[in-house]
Amino acid sequence: MTAAAPWWGDRRLRSGLIITLGLGAVAGLAPVIAPGDPAALGAAADRLLSPSGSHLLGTDVLGRDVLLRLVHGARVSLLVGWVSVVVAILVGTTAGLAAGLGPRWLDRLLMNITDVFLAFPRIFLILLLVSLTTPSLLLVMVVLGLTGWMPVARLVRAEALSLRERDFVAAARGLGLTPMTVALRHVLPNLLPTVLVAATLRIGGAILAESFLSFLGLGAQEPAVSWGSMIQMGRDHLLDGWWLTTFPGLAIALTVLGYNLLGEGLGQRLNPRGQGEGRDG
Amino acid sequence: MIFWLARRVAVAAVLVFVLMSAVFFIVRLAPGDPLDRVVQDEFSAADRALLRDHLGLDESLPKQYVHWLGAAVRGDFGASLAQQRPAGTIIAEALPATLLLTLTAYLLHLLLAVGAALVGAIRPAGAWDKTVQGVGLTLYSLPAFWLGLMLIMLLSRKLGWFPAAGMHAPDAPFMGWWARQGDLFHHLVLPVTTLALGTFMGTARYLRAALDEILGQDYILAARARGLSERRVILGHALRGALLPVITLAGLSLPFLLGGAVVVEVVFGWPGMGRVAIEAIWARDYPVIMGTALVSAVTVVTGSLLADLMYRWADPRVRLTGRESA
Repeated sequence: MTAAAPWWGDRRLRSGLIITLGLGAVAGLAPVIAPGDPAALGAAADRLLSPSGSHLLGTDVLGRDVLLRLVHGARVSLLVGWVSVVVAILVGTTAGLAAGLGPRWLDRLLMNITDVFLAFPRIFLILLLVSLTTPSLLLVMVVLGLTGWMPVARLVRAEALSLRERDFVAAARGLGLTPMTVALRHVLPNLLPTVLVAATLRIGGAILAESFLSFLGLGAQEPAVSWGSMIQMGRDHLLDGWWLTTFPGLAIALTVLGYNLLGEGLGQRLNPRGQGEGRDG
Repeated sequence: MIFWLARRVAVAAVLVFVLMSAVFFIVRLAPGDPLDRVVQDEFSAADRALLRDHLGLDESLPKQYVHWLGAAVRGDFGASLAQQRPAGTIIAEALPATLLLTLTAYLLHLLLAVGAALVGAIRPAGAWDKTVQGVGLTLYSLPAFWLGLMLIMLLSRKLGWFPAAGMHAPDAPFMGWWARQGDLFHHLVLPVTTLALGTFMGTARYLRAALDEILGQDYILAARARGLSERRVILGHALRGALLPVITLAGLSLPFLLGGAVVVEVVFGWPGMGRVAIEAIWARDYPVIMGTALVSAVTVVTGSLLADLMYRWADPRVRLTGRESA
C-alpha cells in the first residue's frame, strides 16, 4: 500500500470513520435525536409491541421504546469503551516506556508482572474484581482499564527497545538530557502511531466486555441504559419478543465493527508491519 | 535441554504461585461474607461465630493462606461453602465438560481458519478473498453471548433443530451408549459453533500472512518449476509450513478458549468450569473460587510450556539459539 493514496481511498478506513463518527454523534446528541426518558415506564398497553410505525424497533416488557433506549445506550457503550481504553493506554504506555528505557531490573519486574496477568483468562479476573463490590459503571471502566494494559505495555516496550538504539535518541542522550526528557520528548512521540492503533483496536474489545458484564447484571444498573442489559431483558422473550435481543446485539456489533475497521485501516497506514492482537471478553 | 525444561517449569510454578496469592488476597479483602449465602436468618450471632470458627474464617489472612496452600499442594481444595461437597469434586465434575467444549471448538476453529486462509491465498484480493475477510471481521466483532442467543433463537426455539441448553437430554441415562454419544454431540453443536465462529478469524489471518510469505519463497518456486499443480503446491507444501507454528503453538490459545468458554457456558447452561467459577464468585465461595482459579492457571501455564516444548522440537533453530542464550 502506498502512503500517497488519499486516506479516503481506503475502504476500511472510510467505513470505520463513518460508523464511529456517526455513532459518536448519535451518543452525543441522544437527548436531541430521541427526546424522552429511556427509563420511564410505558403504558400497560404498550408492553412487548412488535416493531411498527409508531415504535420502529418495538417496545420492551415495561412498555419502553426500544429505539429510544438503543440511542441512549450508545452513550454507556462508548463512554466505557473510551474511558477504559484511556486508562489501559496510560498505564500500559507508562509501564512499557519504563520497561523499555529503564534499568534492566525494572524491565524484568514489569515484564514478569505482565506475564502473570496474561497467563490467566482475563474474563475471570474481570469478573472477580467487578463482583467485589456493588456493581457500577465506574468500577467496570476501571477494572477493564486495569486488566487491559498488559498487551499495550508489551507493544510499547518492544518499540521503545528498538527506538532507544536509534541515532536520534542516542544524540538526545548525548546532549545530557534527563532520561525523563528523552522518554517523553524523543521516544514517546514516535510511539504515538503504534499506541493510537492499539487503542482503537482495543475499544471494540472493551465495548464487548462491558456488554457481557451488563448482560450478567454486573455493569450498568437501572436507570442507566446499556445494550448488554437490554439483551439480558430480552433473553426470556426470544420468540415473542425477538426484537428485544436482536437490535441491541446488532448495535454492539456495528459499533465494535466500526472501531475494528478504523483500527485496521489506521494500522495499515501508520505501521504497515501490521499487528495482531488477541481478543478478549 | 533438561536444564532448560527444569528452569521453565520452575518459572511456571512461581508464576502460578504469584497469581494464586493475588487472587487469594483480592477475594478475601473484598467486602461480602460467604456466610450470608449459607446461613439462614434464624441463626444467632453466636451460631455464626461458631460456624466461622469451624470453617477457619476467623483466623488471620496469612494463616488462612498458608493453610490453603498446604492443602492445595496435596490436592485438597477444601469444602465448598455454598454446597456441602468438596470443592475438588465440584471442579473435577465440571472440568471434562469444559475440556470437551474447548477442544472441539478449537478443532472447528482451526478448520474454519484453514478454509478462510486458503480461499484468500489462492486468489489474493479476489472476490472470495474480500468476502471471507469481510464476513470474518464481522463475526469477530459480534458479542459471543449474543451470537449464542441468536443461534438459540433461530435454530433451537424457532426451528427446533438443536437443544437450547445443557449437555444431556433428561432421558439420557436411559439411552444406549451410542444414543447417548449422539445426544451429547447434538447438545455440543451450538456452543461449539458459537465459540469457533467468534475466534477463527484471528488464526485465519495469521495463517494467511504465513501462507503469503511462504508462497514467495524459493522452495515454492522450485515446486512450481517441477510442474506441480498449484493445488499440490499450496496444499502439500505451503500449507504444511504455515500450519506447523499454529499447531505447535496451540497451547498459547488456551486463555482465549477458556475465556470464551465462560461466556458460552453461561449462555448455553453448559455445566463447565466457567459456570462453576461465576457461581462461586457470586456466592463468595472461597474454596471453589481458589480451586477454579488454580486449575485454569495451571492449565494455561502448562499450555504455554507445552507450546514452547513443541516449538523447540519442531524447529531446531530455536533449540540451538535457546541453548546458546541459556
